[in-house]
Order: sequence, then structure tokens, then C-alpha cells
Amino acid sequence: MTVAVRVIPCLDVDDGRVVKGVNFEGLRDVGDPVALARRYDAEGADELTFLDITASKDRRDTVLEVVRHTAEQVFIPLTVGGGVRSVEDVDVLLRAGADKVAINTGAIARPEVIAEIANRFGRQVLVLSVDARRAEGMPSGFEVTTHGGGVGAGVDALEWARRGAELGAGEILLNAMDADGTREGFDLELIAAVRHVVSTPVIASGGAGESGHFPPAVEAGADAVLAASVFHFETVSIGAVKAELAGRGFPVRIAGKRSDAEVSRTQLRD
Amino acid sequence: MTTTVTLLDYGSGNLRSAERALSRAGADVTVTADFEVACNAAGLAVPGVGAFAACMQGLRRVRGPEIIGRRLAGGRPVLGICVGHQVLFEMGVEHGVETAGCGEWPGTVELLDAHVLPHSGWNTVDAPAESRMFAGTGDERFYFVHSYAARRWELVTDGRTRAPTVSWATHESDRFVAAVENGPLWATQFHPEKSGDAGAVLLSNWVKSL
Repeated sequence: MTVAVRVIPCLDVDDGRVVKGVNFEGLRDVGDPVALARRYDAEGADELTFLDITASKDRRDTVLEVVRHTAEQVFIPLTVGGGVRSVEDVDVLLRAGADKVAINTGAIARPEVIAEIANRFGRQVLVLSVDARRAEGMPSGFEVTTHGGGVGAGVDALEWARRGAELGAGEILLNAMDADGTREGFDLELIAAVRHVVSTPVIASGGAGESGHFPPAVEAGADAVLAASVFHFETVSIGAVKAELAGRGFPVRIAGKRSDAEVSRTQLRD
Repeated sequence: MTTTVTLLDYGSGNLRSAERALSRAGADVTVTADFEVACNAAGLAVPGVGAFAACMQGLRRVRGPEIIGRRLAGGRPVLGICVGHQVLFEMGVEHGVETAGCGEWPGTVELLDAHVLPHSGWNTVDAPAESRMFAGTGDERFYFVHSYAARRWELVTDGRTRAPTVSWATHESDRFVAAVENGPLWATQFHPEKSGDAGAVLLSNWVKSL
């Protein structure tokens, strides 16, 4: 493996504002997703994910403004999810400046949409977000959930990930609902099980509480690690996660080794 | 004097980042498919995401291969990015279907031999010391997202012409062409516009060369 393990902060965006307690010192407006995106970029984030949780349909355009402004200022990949149901929804987000789009409930409702999106834009734009929890009665022991893990979808999570990848998803964003919010570590059993059934990259999410939690997720088979609150509350820095990963022999991208003077010598215009 | 760059708009994906990144690198960027504008700009950037066949179809619709050919005939620089790099080769093979490319270079773009695909994320590039494209980027990583690539470099030069500078990257154990500098024709398999400061330096190297 020579490609670096990606470390990805995730921001929940509601009506154009970041929610879920972001607690950054030195940021005048902690609710401004563009300012936070810049901050995470400067800290060495390899990619950013915005999850649009705007409930009201007629306010959905607010996320497009956020995506536009972010894409103008931050030059790392940007994934946007939330409410994606059709090829048209993807088109609008890509045109606004998203590089990848995450789909969740929309694909459970109509799995063919995965193939439709992949055929139109290529599989590399499509991230299938799978919210999985343990459930007896499922062949694999894991079930897909909706509504933030609260409602079982009656679908086997491993079978769904496998089918999603087969239909054309370019990546699986695996949210472990049992681990989510516990801060006790990633769900290694779930990561290993999904790694076993798909050949797309797997992004592990849910359960991170300290930097030491990240390497085991990669050992279990994750290609990338995603977290929200531990980064927002500065419990763990992106640099600390990378140092931990590098210490265990995993390749990471160390950005910013170039001095500011060197960057300015290239005469970049802002 | 500002350097004019046309970003060729043939219906392929997110152009906003490339437009911003190029203008940050000092170019006066126009996003268009206009034939004359594309032929006459100081630099032409050809982006591309998705399928090889779909990109070639979109390119042909705006007479892209002809624009590229005319520019190169006049020694005017072209920069291909991602699938815009792939289509410069002779052929693309996806799902067993062969699609003719622009044919500026011999060789075939084919599926990488790897367990995990797409090859997605920040990888290192092995660039020769004489590379102008990578000047000042040190050992920084660049952002890749693709499943297909040119896994061999087949253009043979006989010593009478200047040999192209070819840079390589490796996914798992499969080595592929990451970037090419061939006279006025430059191309990258990765996305410099999404590769942070390292990508900005690379784009700035191109804009300064125009």
C-alpha cells in the first residue's frame, strides 16, 4: 500500500450552518462551514465531508452556497451527502463544486439509482453511505438502518454494501451505529466484515475517541477514517491521528512541509 | 501581462475547482468550448472525469481532438487532467470495450491490477530530477481517483527528438504513468486542482511555462 490513509473530518450542515457543537478556539464564527473547511485544510485534512441535514426541502439550496464557497477556497476533495435521490441531485452538487456525492436513504429506496449515477458520472463520484448496526436475524449479523440508526431497514448490511459496490458505488462510507457516539473505538468486526465483501475503498466512521483508536480501524481493513466530534472539540487533532498512523507503519500525507515563504514564492493569488 | 488559459468545457464534471486553482496559479481563465478561443489561448487545460468513452464522445462533440491537434502543431501548450490525460493515449479499454483516444501517444489505458479500486487518495509520484512540472514540489503527495491508467509508456524516441519526461506512481504493486511532459503537451493522471499546495505549485509551474 503506497496510497496514504485518508483522514477525513465530517461536518453536519443545517440550513448552511455547521451544527453539532463545534468548539474551536480562534474561530470567530464556529458555525461557518467554509471557515471550518479552511481550518481543517490547514491542519492537513486529506478530504472533507459535508452532510446536509437541512430538514426543510425548500431550504436545500443553502448547502449549494456552502459547497460553492468551499470549492473556491479549499483545494482538497469535497464529498457532500444528504437528501441525494437522483442523477439530477448529483449533477447540481457536482456543478456547485462537490467532487464526490454520498447517497444513503435514496439508494435504499431505489438501488438502481446507484447504477444511474455511476453510468452518468463514473463510479469515482459516488460514495455509498451505509449506517449499520448489529441485529440478530440478519444473515451477517449486521443490519442497515435509517434515521440515524434508529430504524432498521430490514436489509442485511454486508449484502447491501456488496450489492452497492456491484451496482457502481466507488466507495463505502461505513457508519457503525453501535459505536457511534461511544468514543470507545471503531467497530473493528464490522469494518473487517465489509472489507471482506467489497473491493472498493472503505471509509470507517463511528466510535473514535482518541488518536489510538484510528490505527486498528486501518488494520481491520479501512482505507480511510472519518470522524466528526473528536475533531470539532479538538479532543484529537488531525496531525495526532496521522502521527499515530505513521507510528504504526501506515503511509500518511504530511502536508505543509513547505514553508510559507516557499508557497508565496510561487506567487499564488488569493 | 496575464496569461490566458482556456478550461475546455465539454460537459465533464466539476470545473469550478480547476478554474479557481488555475486562476490562483496566475492564469486568466475562460471556461468555454468555443473552438477559436480554445485554439488561441496561451494554454489549454483539458479536464475529465468518468468514463473514457463518455469523455471522448463529449470531446468530439466540441471538436476537442482537433483543437488539441492544432494547438500542438503550433507548439501551443495543452495540459490534460485525469481522464483528460487518459484520452491523449491511443486507446481506452473499459469493460472489454475499446474506445479510440486522441492518439497523441501510443499505448492503452486499461484497468489497474489491484485489489482495491478505484485508486483513491494521496499518493507519491516518482518524478525524474529534470521534471519542470514537479519543480519545487519535493516529495509531496498528489490526489488520485481513478481505476484505469496507462501501465506502460510506449513512445520510443530515437535520440534525434527530445525524450518526454515520464513520472510514475504505484497502486498496491501496479505501476502506472502519473504524469507526462512531452514538449508542449503535459498531462497528469492525478488532480492537481485538488492536491492542495503541492498541486498549486505544479499548476503554477505550468502557467509560468506558457
